[in-house]
Amino acid sequence: MKKQITRRQALAGGFLGTAGLMLSGRTVRAAPVVKAKAKSVIQVFLWGGMSHTDTWDPKMDAGYDFTGQFKDEIATNVDGIRLGSLFPNLAKQADKYSLVRGMTHRNNGHETAAYLMQTGHPPGERLAYPCIGAIFALIKGYEAGYKGLIPPYVVLTQPQGRFSEAGFLGSRCKPFATGGDPNAARFEVEGVIARGITDQRQNARRDFLGSLNTMRTAHPGNPELAAAAEAEKTAYDLILGEGKDVFDLSKEDAALRDNYGRNTFGQDCLAARRLVEAGVPYVTINYPGGWDTHSNHFATMNRQCPNLDKGLATLLQDLSDRGLLESTVVWCCGEFGRTPRVDWQPPWNGGRNHYGNVFSVLVAGGGFKGGQIVGSSDAKGEEVKDRPVYPVDLLGSIYALAGIDTAAKLPHPEGADARVLPPADNNRVKSAGILTEIM
Amino acid sequence: MRFDEVDCAKGECEMRPTLTLLWLSFAAAGGAVAQRPEAALYQENRVAAPETAVDKLVFRGLAQNNITPAYCSDAVFLRRAFLDAIGTLPTADEARAFLNDPSLNKRRALIEHLLERDEFADYWAMKWSDILRIKAEFPVNLWPNAAQAYHRWLRASLHANKSYDRFARELLTSNGSNFRVGPVNFYRAMPDRSPEGIASAVAQTFLGMRADRWSADQVAGLASFFSQVGYKPTREWKEEVVFWDPNKTEGKPAVEALLPGNRRVTLPPDRDPRELFADWLTASDNNMFSACIVNRIWAWLLGRGIIHEPDDIRPDNPPSNPALLTLLQRELVQNGYNLKHLYRLIMNSRTYQLSSVFPADKLERAAPLFAYYPLQQLDAEVLIDAINKITGTTDLYTSAIPEPFTFIPANKPAVALPDGSITSSFLELFGRPARATGLLNERVNRASASQRMHLLNSSHIQNKLATGVNMKRILNPKRKPAEMIEDIYLSVLSRYPTPGETAKVEAYARSGVAKGRDAGIDLAWTLINSDEFLFRH
Repeated sequence: MKKQITRRQALAGGFLGTAGLMLSGRTVRAAPVVKAKAKSVIQVFLWGGMSHTDTWDPKMDAGYDFTGQFKDEIATNVDGIRLGSLFPNLAKQADKYSLVRGMTHRNNGHETAAYLMQTGHPPGERLAYPCIGAIFALIKGYEAGYKGLIPPYVVLTQPQGRFSEAGFLGSRCKPFATGGDPNAARFEVEGVIARGITDQRQNARRDFLGSLNTMRTAHPGNPELAAAAEAEKTAYDLILGEGKDVFDLSKEDAALRDNYGRNTFGQDCLAARRLVEAGVPYVTINYPGGWDTHSNHFATMNRQCPNLDKGLATLLQDLSDRGLLESTVVWCCGEFGRTPRVDWQPPWNGGRNHYGNVFSVLVAGGGFKGGQIVGSSDAKGEEVKDRPVYPVDLLGSIYALAGIDTAAKLPHPEGADARVLPPADNNRVKSAGILTEIM
Repeated sequence: MRFDEVDCAKGECEMRPTLTLLWLSFAAAGGAVAQRPEAALYQENRVAAPETAVDKLVFRGLAQNNITPAYCSDAVFLRRAFLDAIGTLPTADEARAFLNDPSLNKRRALIEHLLERDEFADYWAMKWSDILRIKAEFPVNLWPNAAQAYHRWLRASLHANKSYDRFARELLTSNGSNFRVGPVNFYRAMPDRSPEGIASAVAQTFLGMRADRWSADQVAGLASFFSQVGYKPTREWKEEVVFWDPNKTEGKPAVEALLPGNRRVTLPPDRDPRELFADWLTASDNNMFSACIVNRIWAWLLGRGIIHEPDDIRPDNPPSNPALLTLLQRELVQNGYNLKHLYRLIMNSRTYQLSSVFPADKLERAAPLFAYYPLQQLDAEVLIDAINKITGTTDLYTSAIPEPFTFIPANKPAVALPDGSITSSFLELFGRPARATGLLNERVNRASASQRMHLLNSSHIQNKLATGVNMKRILNPKRKPAEMIEDIYLSVLSRYPTPGETAKVEAYARSGVAKGRDAGIDLAWTLINSDEFLFRH
């Protein structure tokens, strides 16, 4: 099914191809057919774009020009699912996740592809849309009465900063980036946990500030200053209250912390689990260090994949052990994959370039079945062989599992007609339907 | 550090008469302005009277509404003028010099001084970059070299005080490489580069109008002027030449275009239609052109447009004070589109120099009358620059994607950043606009809990206070505590402390919660977290 179809064609013709996927005549996204089970989402974003053929869609028969030094694949605890050899821990958890191997959008620019993968909207339209995390912050956070002190959309640890993730939804839907390093002796979350300031001094400074805030006294009832006072109070509730303990990873069992991996990514995963446990609707882990391996590809993969493998596998196991996997969607991918054919020419000298034609996504929990493969790429991992999955399909599935109506109108400051996902009659948007086969 | 040794701070000596006189001002203000003792710091105790042509038109409306306005104090004016004109905080020395200057026309002299500072060009280039969407990456995707070239042209234009009609014409009619001819990027800095997309950007930029409120015919009519804008790549990576391409419409060029105001224009085949549009736009009798810019500058300085919002001009959104708008337009056009003339005119008015203290229940009704100066949180860039200036520190700005990597020299302030893509979680957090639409309301200066956590408690701010060279200089143990207190107040709030404030600081130092230098650091921390620092007022 290499030929791409527009969503309109898919709807009109009832043509959805393989894997028993029949959605004829049904609005693909507007009316979720699934029961909403997901309360939270953990997004693991592999910035720069991770190779699919070296990892979750191995093509070991494609020859050295494609595989380079990675010649082995490994079996998993699910018959028929095989992974690249750098993922021994994920291989033991394959019953908990599914792999989407027909992910495609054919966009090879970092910012535009990242935007597409996290908003579902085609870049270059008049509006710049908010990403899925900001929409969760709005709909599963504020509109659902979320009252936690931790902001509803948390990013571990650094923001992507490549596009405005909150879009027109405004500052309250912006991701709260923790900063700091969860693998350090103390996870110093920027603004929450300060170095060398005792609680006594915190309290004294707060009183001091109150007594010297002369202008506030001169402007009684001013709404701008009232908003500032409210923000200050909320900030102190977190700084001085118990809510911040969610970031205290020292409360966790040392052996479990070892399993996650004593590195920033591993401890990011642990922090994400604690945040979800505390009720935060959306957590994004931006993988510390990029996957944009134009050069030095194989060394980077050898260095980073074991950490990714360990952290992600332990996260799935830990969520499952605590009964949280049923209510927590975990999804992991980059903005695109990488060219299946290795570029041996200088200056790349064995690198892989951007590749949006086909790549892989790992999805788990929150109503996604485990142990499944959705779609496939061709023999060399260069094109979709069957069951393409477009960004709206992937995001639409996550929204459906969370009970978010993708046709819902988003608040826009100029009153523009902005929906969670693009409407089905947008000709620039391709779709092959949400992932009902694994939901 | 101990604060138990206090001499008569200048503030104390100066403040006493003001405090005494304050209660008299009740009568003078006719009770229209709710006075509290603290207000004396922020406003003068005499009734404001109209002095300039601007004032006459504004004060008439105030009188009709029984509003007796009050002037801001010298200290407030100093800070306001610095922040509004150059986006920069005065140093302690600059504050001291101004406050101690006995001359009667010192406000006027300060305005002249500020309009000639280099930071004037930096700050207004930043404001214009928001409108023109100068950003290397998504969604406008100018690319780093082009964003730099565009910003360089913009800053140089403002630095030279280029006349505004020429400024607009260069943006609209330039041809050449995006890396070499800065203003051609006007036609690239928009997600939608179709003729309709360009028309929409042109209407918004130069007329303050939103084309999505227009009829399809009006949009198409304006788009005809831009149907021959050509783009072609060169052999240099991401270089693009913008030029007049008469062949673009493939044998069926638009022969007719429609100007805003519904005048039809025939497009001759031998002339770039962009030139025709620029002729119309910058003609001295084009009120739409002058209304947009004078209203924008008024809104930038006074926090609200005479037409509000300043980028939503339409027939059913009339100016709150039409005569005032007309006056400013006439002044601009008669002075050869000299923008600094307009800044001078507005900033020297009593209207601009009114106090921000105003009864809360009347704020909304009095806003279109310009009865007070509205409180606004500092722009993100201005805020971090101010903190860096106070503490004597810098922030490092870089952008790793896309290549080539951008590194900004450490001494460059945030207001001078040429590219909205430069990565900075602080600027993101405090409301730097995404530069996606070019609308003014994309910049949101509103307090949030996350912002407060950062200011109250982050290592980023704490390290600046603990290690900044200016903090070390101010808190040198050889100095007297009173000098330290005064310097911190002048550095952060641009005014002297009151006796009451000094007493509270001394009490805090004596309490022993923070010892030695830490007490001084806590004072700076406190003032940086106070409303008086965080808001333009």
